[in-house]
Amino acid sequence: MVVYRMSRKKRLTKQCGTGPRTLADLSTGERCILDRLDLPEDAARRLMELGFLPGNEIVPGRRAPGGGPRVFQVDGSEVALRDDTAARLYIRRDPESDLVVLR
Amino acid sequence: MSTCHGDAPRAGLLPNPTIPPPRAPGDRPIIVAIVGPPNSGKSTLFNRLTGLRQKVANFPGVTVEHRMGKAKLKEPHEVFLVDLPGVYSLNPRAEDEQVTHDVLKGERADFPKPDAVILILDSTNLGRNLVLAAPILSLELPTLVLLNMADDLKQRGGKVDVAALASELNCPVALISAAKGEGIDRIQQFLVGTAVRLNAPPPKIELPVLQDVPKCRQWAAKLGVRASYQAPAPPLWTRRLDAVFLNPVAGPLIFIAVVIGVFQTIFSWAQPLMNGLQSAILISGSWMSSVLPDSPLRSLLIDGVWSGVGSVIVFLPQILLLFLFIGILEDSGYLARAALIADRTMAKIGLQGKSFIPLLSAYACAVPAVMATRVIENKRDRIATIMIAPLMTCSARLPVYTLLIAAFVPNIPVIHGVLSLPATVMLGLYFLGFLAAVVIARLLKSTVLKSNRSSFVLEMPPYRWPTWQSLGLRLVDRGKIFLRRAGTVILAVAVVLWILAHVPLQHGATPPLEQSVAGLIGKTIEPAIKPLGFNWKIGIGLITSLFAREVIVGTLGTIYGIEGDEHSLGLQQAVHHDLSVAGAVALLVFFAFAMQCFSTLAVVKRETGGWKWPVFQFCYMLALAYSGSWIAFHITNIFLR
Repeated sequence: MVVYRMSRKKRLTKQCGTGPRTLADLSTGERCILDRLDLPEDAARRLMELGFLPGNEIVPGRRAPGGGPRVFQVDGSEVALRDDTAARLYIRRDPESDLVVLR
Repeated sequence: MSTCHGDAPRAGLLPNPTIPPPRAPGDRPIIVAIVGPPNSGKSTLFNRLTGLRQKVANFPGVTVEHRMGKAKLKEPHEVFLVDLPGVYSLNPRAEDEQVTHDVLKGERADFPKPDAVILILDSTNLGRNLVLAAPILSLELPTLVLLNMADDLKQRGGKVDVAALASELNCPVALISAAKGEGIDRIQQFLVGTAVRLNAPPPKIELPVLQDVPKCRQWAAKLGVRASYQAPAPPLWTRRLDAVFLNPVAGPLIFIAVVIGVFQTIFSWAQPLMNGLQSAILISGSWMSSVLPDSPLRSLLIDGVWSGVGSVIVFLPQILLLFLFIGILEDSGYLARAALIADRTMAKIGLQGKSFIPLLSAYACAVPAVMATRVIENKRDRIATIMIAPLMTCSARLPVYTLLIAAFVPNIPVIHGVLSLPATVMLGLYFLGFLAAVVIARLLKSTVLKSNRSSFVLEMPPYRWPTWQSLGLRLVDRGKIFLRRAGTVILAVAVVLWILAHVPLQHGATPPLEQSVAGLIGKTIEPAIKPLGFNWKIGIGLITSLFAREVIVGTLGTIYGIEGDEHSLGLQQAVHHDLSVAGAVALLVFFAFAMQCFSTLAVVKRETGGWKWPVFQFCYMLALAYSGSWIAFHITNIFLR
């Protein structure tokens, strides 16, 4: 839960130097690998069906004008999520090494 | 291309035309279900295969719609297709998934188990789409797998080995383009052969554990590799268009321009068509009155039915144009972007971006809009959306608005000729309804329907050209519904009203309108509506319009038809006798807010599962309408003084 609170205060997290930890912390175009979904089962399942599976690559895309939900490129399609949902999707620290492990 | 069960129907093996068509057990026609994820082109395919021979129906007890249609096949083959709701999996969670699941498993008493399945997948994203193949194939029904959007796949440099995939899945697979009509013959072949397959043993293939989403996805990925699937390049045009439509500055501006453009064209384009219809109705009316002998029957036919129903039918072009524009926005993929743009604003009034889609369709009609709220998972958000949907300016208000605006608002240009004054007033009325909806939603969401901030998950489909066929079918569908209403509700009200306006007979002759039963009813409620600037004739219209808003136009048509002398002047001039400018403004406001639609109340009762919400909705809207038009009447009077 500590991590969750920190991720919502993005600026604070960056000052601490911990780097991006959830989808909400990423800037546009910053590739990442999804690690886990901290959501109730139904919601997590639904997101997994849309491609938000642990180990999948996700690229944050455009945000709705005025700071609304953000579009994520995931598993061949584009899905929009609000920031509070994105903040519950944790990413792995180092995408490159994960790719090697997957092979 | 390989087929399963080794019974590939070849032209020479087709049943002889003289033999009666094959039928499913129990001597019912063969039923084939079309299943697929959302945005896979399911409805386009269904339209291709059935054309006009389809109808929309509801499963009893639930809100989920399905469409049934007879496939276009050579005689004597008779196969019925059912278009089930789009699903990502068969794990029954949401209501529409539950229905798809139950129908396919044969667990619904009111719907026979389909004899075969057509699984339609988006070939441009086969990896994720193939996940759905696992639960569908586990049903062990004869299955045809269609990889749709073949043209898109090819154009963007993607590839798939159809034969390899077919042998992996152990069932026929075809690469098609439903929008372009490529590969439809393959599907027809499958449908014709369905009867032969009924007794074939089900194909056996190894499937993953269906509840395990990651495992299913891995299974689908493996299949993709074995079928040498090469994913296409990202949709360049979609990215380019999103760069414009979701641009922080241009995005909202385009959004507003689209909305204004739609309304301006509706009112300028529809006008000549409506004028044409109007004169056709007038000419045929006077022709009938010259042919028929003078009798009460002639009066009923011409003054009651023809002027009542005719004055509503005039609005068909305008309503069809509105549905055309909403259809284009939906089919092109822009509506999903609009929901995205709207989410932040909708969140401020306690709703979410997904409420935007039903609310926009409510501009056409509240009935499909209330049903479209199913996309909203959160129950309280959904009820709040249903409660405010009828405040959106639906097409049934158009006849009323158009009549009153044409009668009272002079056609002069405003804002340096960008808009005309009538169009501005019309836009203002649209805005008024929207504003009221925002305030009510805010009130509801901070009181009775308070809930935690809900989530918003929405897939952005790639932009596509809408097909004329799907737009055309939608218009035919809506046109039929509108005309059916004109032929039933409005006709019935017109006839009853004509009778009430002709009794009691005085010395064997028709009484003056004031002394008829209809006039008496109008006079009874006159004290209640006098503060709003309405007299008893408008009162009759208000009562009849409780059934459906547009009925008031027919009612006034009937009333003035009976009164005779004003008939030749037309309805626009006639209403001037009974309404001051302030009264007209008050009447417009009344119609903007009041809940005058039995069909909507019925569908709200069904969707919310009781009388509580529809009754609440009717009462709050009536209170809003009364107070709103009282204020409008008095403000206008002050300004005009």
